[in-house]
Amino acid sequence: MPATLTYREAIRQCLVEEMDRDDNVFLMGEDIGRYQGTFRVTQGLFDKYGPRRVIDTPIVEPAIVGLANGAAMAGLRPVIEMMTMSFSILALDQVINHAAKIHYMTNGQAKCPLVVRGPGGAANQLSAQHSHSVEGWYAHVPGLKVVAPATPEDAYGMLRTAIRDDNPVIFTENPGLYGIKGEIPDDNEFAVPFGKARIAREGSDLTLVGYSRMTHVCLKAAELLAEQGISAEVVDVRSLLPLDTETIFGSVAKTHRAVVVYEDWKSGGFGAEIAARIGENCFDDLDAPVGRVGGLNVPMPYARVLELECIPNEQDVLDAVKKLG
Amino acid sequence: MAKPASIKPALSPAQLEDFYRQMVFMRVFEEKTNFTYRQGKSGGYLHVYIGMEPLAVSWLNAIKKGYDYVITAYRDHGHALVLGSDPVAVMAEIMGRSGGLSRGKGGSMHLYDIEKEFFGGWGIVGGHTALGMGLAFAAKYRNEDRVTLCYLGDGASNAGVFFESLNMCGLFDLPIIFIIENNEFAMGTRLEYHAADTELWKRGLPFDIKSERLDSMDAIKTFEDATRIVNWVRENKKPYLVEAMTYRYAGHGAADNDQSLYRTAEEVEKNKQRDPIANLKAYLLENNIMTMEKLEAIDVEAENEVERIYELADASPFPEPHEVYDNVYTDMNPEVGH
Repeated sequence: MPATLTYREAIRQCLVEEMDRDDNVFLMGEDIGRYQGTFRVTQGLFDKYGPRRVIDTPIVEPAIVGLANGAAMAGLRPVIEMMTMSFSILALDQVINHAAKIHYMTNGQAKCPLVVRGPGGAANQLSAQHSHSVEGWYAHVPGLKVVAPATPEDAYGMLRTAIRDDNPVIFTENPGLYGIKGEIPDDNEFAVPFGKARIAREGSDLTLVGYSRMTHVCLKAAELLAEQGISAEVVDVRSLLPLDTETIFGSVAKTHRAVVVYEDWKSGGFGAEIAARIGENCFDDLDAPVGRVGGLNVPMPYARVLELECIPNEQDVLDAVKKLG
Repeated sequence: MAKPASIKPALSPAQLEDFYRQMVFMRVFEEKTNFTYRQGKSGGYLHVYIGMEPLAVSWLNAIKKGYDYVITAYRDHGHALVLGSDPVAVMAEIMGRSGGLSRGKGGSMHLYDIEKEFFGGWGIVGGHTALGMGLAFAAKYRNEDRVTLCYLGDGASNAGVFFESLNMCGLFDLPIIFIIENNEFAMGTRLEYHAADTELWKRGLPFDIKSERLDSMDAIKTFEDATRIVNWVRENKKPYLVEAMTYRYAGHGAADNDQSLYRTAEEVEKNKQRDPIANLKAYLLENNIMTMEKLEAIDVEAENEVERIYELADASPFPEPHEVYDNVYTDMNPEVGH
């Protein structure tokens, strides 16, 4: 029987199944054990598995990821929780200058099967230092895989792929998604492959490209566009690195128009890369320049009204669509 | 001058001869790597272990080679040699050839021989200390009695991630030995200009880690210390920190072409009185363990052997251009093209 779970529960369910399957899988992070996880993703797991496999750490992101890198080289499969992806900035050296290069510098002698997961993006008034969308930084780095699932089913299936992957994977969970519900299959081998985008809604007049929570913003915008008689297709990228350009380009070839939507700062965010790829490869298919909707290029403010200014919403998408002409 | 390390050395005459051979081989090998740099046959950064040989020879002969984990920073040639890596593959890697340990992807700073449990070879000062902790963590997680040796320089002993790692190693009781190679310089910055407290052995104390300072220019004493500490860590399954007092006679790296900026020639000469190879040689002679003829024969043998290694490495072809994409991932290619 398929179960209806929240996004948070779907992640937890996958963690349990993978820990039960493979003793090499362990969880490590700040307040994930006794405290049950800041966003309660790991609730109950410390009681179930004990301190050997669910490990509370000091607040030291570089050493946490560094430990995981070493353990992964020695054959374990660490799943690290970043309390927020904003804090992973402290561990950039360990992720970018160590994890991502281990397989290459050893010319394949060593592997780094590491998962770094946690909430990325704005939640609710967490202000400037806790609201980063850092997936674009990581998706810049060869050697990493970067995924950003939008639904409980994808979170469930992509986390399994991440844990079983022999490469370091950044798994970003928008905090706004933890409470959303969805069906997940009754199959503890269910895995969603990386590098496959999902057509979240079919359409014929234009393509909205998003990932993570912005997929839902795109879907809302598509509903509003439908009321205006415009048929929008929504591509949920899901996997930034590897990136399924085939599905994106295929959609653009059908609709001839594209708007890329991402929560990260607009300038230099990963949506800019997607837009550039479409521009570079689909010039003959396009009837209009590729549109972009990104987060405002300011540090995230605290006041809710200002915060909402920063995060793209469906109206911003409609405005961008209008500009395409 | 040489002094007996103890009344009864832990090493047999055959072992002492072997230590001498390994240290001389390492020094000649390192001189040759510097030669490759001067000849333009290697590039980038290249850091030799000349003067610091007991840290590799004595410590790595005190562990279970191929079982215990070893990790170090970028001054890594000597470790690979003692752990049994093919010296031709080490030289070829330094020269960027396809016969290298990593087929020319790593170079001098990034030597790895994972089959021999040698985990590199790292270029971010202090960064690898957390990886060393992870190796020790894995051993403990699997309930193995492996010990991890994690070398770092005196410069790295100031890095934040090192302090974070010390805390976690103390907290989690991880079986690791941190060996701070105090050669008195963080690149070109003298110890007293980079450390508020120059007694680096104290770095372990706030984290409840047993810590001590050791003279590491005496190969016999270093072996005795290493054996004692490795055994302690294996038995007690807890971390240990060593400040190993040593000295490098060469520059920081092959690109360090003006040592007068940070030390005098007199200072180097004075420290050559502590030369671990000369001291072991004197000890072997004074105690009638080896003859001068035998010692000199070993010196000549090392020269010939290193020459042969260099010739073989130099005959190894460069990697093919298409190899640039190999092993970015285990299971897929990165984006191709410019």
